[in-house]
Amino acid sequence: MNHLDLLTFARGDALNWALILFAAGVVLRLFEIFGLGRKADLAKPRTNSPGSGWRTVFTRSLPPQGLLNREPVTYVGGYVFHLGLFATILFFAPHIEFFDDLFGISWPNLPSALVDASAVAAIVALCVLLAHRITNPVKRMLSGFGDYLAWALTLLPLLTGYLSFHHLLFEYTLMLSLHLFSVELLLVLLPFTKLFHTFSVFISRWYNGDIFGRKGTAS
Amino acid sequence: MSATLAKGINSFKEVIDTPIASFFSSCVHCGLCAEACLFYTETGDAKYTPIRKLEPLRRVWQQEYTLLGKLGKTLGLSKPVTDAELEAWEPLVYDSCTLCGRCAMVCPVGNDLTYMIRKMREGMAASGHAPEDLVGATTRAVTIGSPMGIKWPAVLAQIKHVQNETGIEVPVEKEGADYLVLMSSMEIINFPEYLSALSRIFKQTGVSWTLAQDAFEATNSGIQIGASDLAREIVSRIVVAAERLKVKCVISPECGHAFTALRWEGPNLIGRPFRFEVKHILEVLDELHTAGRLKTKGKDKRPLTYHDPCQIARRGGVVEQPRRLLNEVASDFREMPDAGVMNWCCGGGGGVSANSRAEPLRLQVFKHKKEQIEATGTQTLITACANCRIVMEEGLEHHHMKVEVIGLTELLAQYLVEDNTP
Amino acid sequence: MKQTNSPKVLQGTVGEGLEQRGITRREFLKFCTALTAMLALPPSMASVMAEAIAKARRQSVIWLSFQECTGCTESITRSHSPTLETLIFDLISLDYHHTLQAASAEAAELARTQAMQENAGKYLLVVDGSIPMGDPGYSTIAGISNYDMLIETAKGAAAIVAVGTCATYGGLPKADPNPTGAVAVSDIIKDKPIINVPGCPPIPVVMTGVLAHFLTFGSIPELDDLGRPKSFYGETIHDRCYRRPFYDQGKFAQTFDDEAARMGWCLFKLGCKGPVTYNACATTKWNDGTSFPIQSGHGCIGCSEPNFWDAGPLYKALSMPVSATASMLGAAAVAGAAAGVAITWHNRSTKASAKAAHEKVTPQELLREDK
Repeated sequence: MNHLDLLTFARGDALNWALILFAAGVVLRLFEIFGLGRKADLAKPRTNSPGSGWRTVFTRSLPPQGLLNREPVTYVGGYVFHLGLFATILFFAPHIEFFDDLFGISWPNLPSALVDASAVAAIVALCVLLAHRITNPVKRMLSGFGDYLAWALTLLPLLTGYLSFHHLLFEYTLMLSLHLFSVELLLVLLPFTKLFHTFSVFISRWYNGDIFGRKGTAS
Repeated sequence: MSATLAKGINSFKEVIDTPIASFFSSCVHCGLCAEACLFYTETGDAKYTPIRKLEPLRRVWQQEYTLLGKLGKTLGLSKPVTDAELEAWEPLVYDSCTLCGRCAMVCPVGNDLTYMIRKMREGMAASGHAPEDLVGATTRAVTIGSPMGIKWPAVLAQIKHVQNETGIEVPVEKEGADYLVLMSSMEIINFPEYLSALSRIFKQTGVSWTLAQDAFEATNSGIQIGASDLAREIVSRIVVAAERLKVKCVISPECGHAFTALRWEGPNLIGRPFRFEVKHILEVLDELHTAGRLKTKGKDKRPLTYHDPCQIARRGGVVEQPRRLLNEVASDFREMPDAGVMNWCCGGGGGVSANSRAEPLRLQVFKHKKEQIEATGTQTLITACANCRIVMEEGLEHHHMKVEVIGLTELLAQYLVEDNTP
Repeated sequence: MKQTNSPKVLQGTVGEGLEQRGITRREFLKFCTALTAMLALPPSMASVMAEAIAKARRQSVIWLSFQECTGCTESITRSHSPTLETLIFDLISLDYHHTLQAASAEAAELARTQAMQENAGKYLLVVDGSIPMGDPGYSTIAGISNYDMLIETAKGAAAIVAVGTCATYGGLPKADPNPTGAVAVSDIIKDKPIINVPGCPPIPVVMTGVLAHFLTFGSIPELDDLGRPKSFYGETIHDRCYRRPFYDQGKFAQTFDDEAARMGWCLFKLGCKGPVTYNACATTKWNDGTSFPIQSGHGCIGCSEPNFWDAGPLYKALSMPVSATASMLGAAAVAGAAAGVAITWHNRSTKASAKAAHEKVTPQELLREDK
């Protein structure tokens, strides 16, 4: 199998299966979560605050008072990584073509140099966060195989994407194939690792906001 | 009959619901919850990281309620939760968590860890891994009627004492009163000022209230130990009395977890909404004050600060009321750092103060509150929870600090405009 | 065409032939200089090459055409006239070529067998077109199957040049579902040096350049892992494309006739395969250096790459899925939901039995008998 065949496989059957497993996995996990159910809260809510769950979904993205100073690496690293990742995924012109083809929607892209910088920032942030994970006693204690796997699964698409964009390491067609394979690996494993927070964060934040909202103290 | 591991695991399976599944699914092991936890920040020991305290519960969720976990369990690849593990976790779940909920406010993915610890304690209690002292307190609460073993005669003695002191009649078993007043054991034993202050304030404001003979105790050890069956029994006494006396509102006293037990857990424990309202005493006082019925005269000139009890502020929503009331009677009210919903716990909530084994740790972590008080430069500390009060008094004494702790209701009563005509 | 069709009168060395045709040494040296540049050889090699070619005997070449469209022949002949490059045909003795030879039928086949006998072990075999392995009847010449003819002719060849994507990788005939069972020359011949000159068609100067190299050095040029001369196939179209800066800036034509297309912006979004296509189009260009597909406003279709025809739709951007669709995702989600319902049912029964097993906790039961 030559490199173009590999790329065709990566864009074709491999991608199809990865997307199928991803979509099925995400829906399955959502069923797993929502299927458990939640008893209705019979206590009279303090304020009529129907939006507190939804508000917290957004407001929880901001650091609470004092925490930014206590854990600057986690916060700054977290922001740089997430923003860099999203900018790279969502605003690189070839990526937009991907979404356009799949869902029929597109939006303006960022200049490639900016996307490149975002990807580099995200990669650097990931490396800093890994070092922090290894050296910070709390994080190290909490971390297991799943955490390092999730880290690698996230880094690989960024790294292979960067290398293929710059025609580094391997021949471009091969590198691009590897980039796709790394994305596919990420897609398949995302629902079954902590990376599922991509979806469940909206649920958990909503419940947090709802629980505190009923008491009148949602953030 | 005895507590068993099987019962504990069974309880874990019972309590895991959609919010818990979403919380465990979302956790990215960022460790930020530790930075919000008094027990980590003051000891620097990573084992106190809040999410780690939930590890046995997480594994039961993973093994019982996720596809991969079920597969792993079927193939014998998963590590089952054992008695030894739960025993090792007991100090983490009870001694080093006050259910203060600070971690739940900072978790970037929104995990309400307190919600989970509370539920996890169900399994800990059912498996016989609750602290001995909490078992004792809960047993007394169920069998005697109060965690500290107080019975009605003791309350009656205090009523007489208050009546003699104030000359005001304390109404008991008055059907049709607007408010049913509850107290905590701590107030009955240690802080009789509360009842005295209350009767003066209520007389002045013309509030119709009553005590109930069979429901004077507001605290609920069942909530702290995590045994809903027992918590239900304890809270039911209040519900029965309130409905018998046909009161409009039950007033939760200056006690944090009592408010949580009655206001937020109560209806869920008995399985139906209450037919009466539940308010914290500060809410009632604030309402009276706003309505112009509660009038004060003069101001306390001492610099003073206010400690937000976690269950009243962060997990109770009573944040503005104490400040409005304080500013009415104090000319130099100073806020502590992180005051309000992000306050730091006294270190003794959630059953920790009732657990003698946890005392050294509790005194160690009090360091933070000590520094906060020092930062305000005050020597008068106001609060609205008798448990916080006793914990802080002990902590202050331990650190040789000359700081006076006063209940807010009591402080208000000192500046009450009293109409002396009978 | 006329000249090549006429009977060959040139004998002896290439030098003699050039002289007879009135080609000056100066012109010939210029040609060799161009060739050395193309082959990425040091400039000093030009005179060495001129010397070598002039001294060389005209190389016997047998050109076999199998499942092909004659596009490769069109490319190698037409586009080079009238440049000096057409003369390359005077450097060789093209002894057999369907399209170009005057002879037909038995005479033609006789020319082939004669050339094979006379130059046994020395002749160069050029092949265009793929070989059908499904049924020999799919493509025969003079009653001989392509396979048999290839085996027979390859036996005495010094080397084989596979020209065009069909001969090099199977090309169009091999495209899914490959009805004839088409294969490349290299799939059949394993014991001869094979130079792959892919392209549909290949660039004329690339074909002539490879022949010149063989003539000069008597050996094959340096090849990559796909058997292609590195000097022509070392870089992608994208790497050398004059529109590359637009790609780097993220400036793309959205349609073939929008303002961006008129401004000459990158054609990536319109399906250009330049980034994954190794060829010299962007540098040597076509039609005497006039233009190449991207310059004329159409993306590269990657014709010189193996299996390019099956490498996804021609007008889909490289970053687009080949065949994934939103409805496929929808179907997967439905399947996930079905599995989710099953899991939920199982979870609920687990939870229900836990509830059923719940024994009311009493104060006595907070203690362990064994503790």
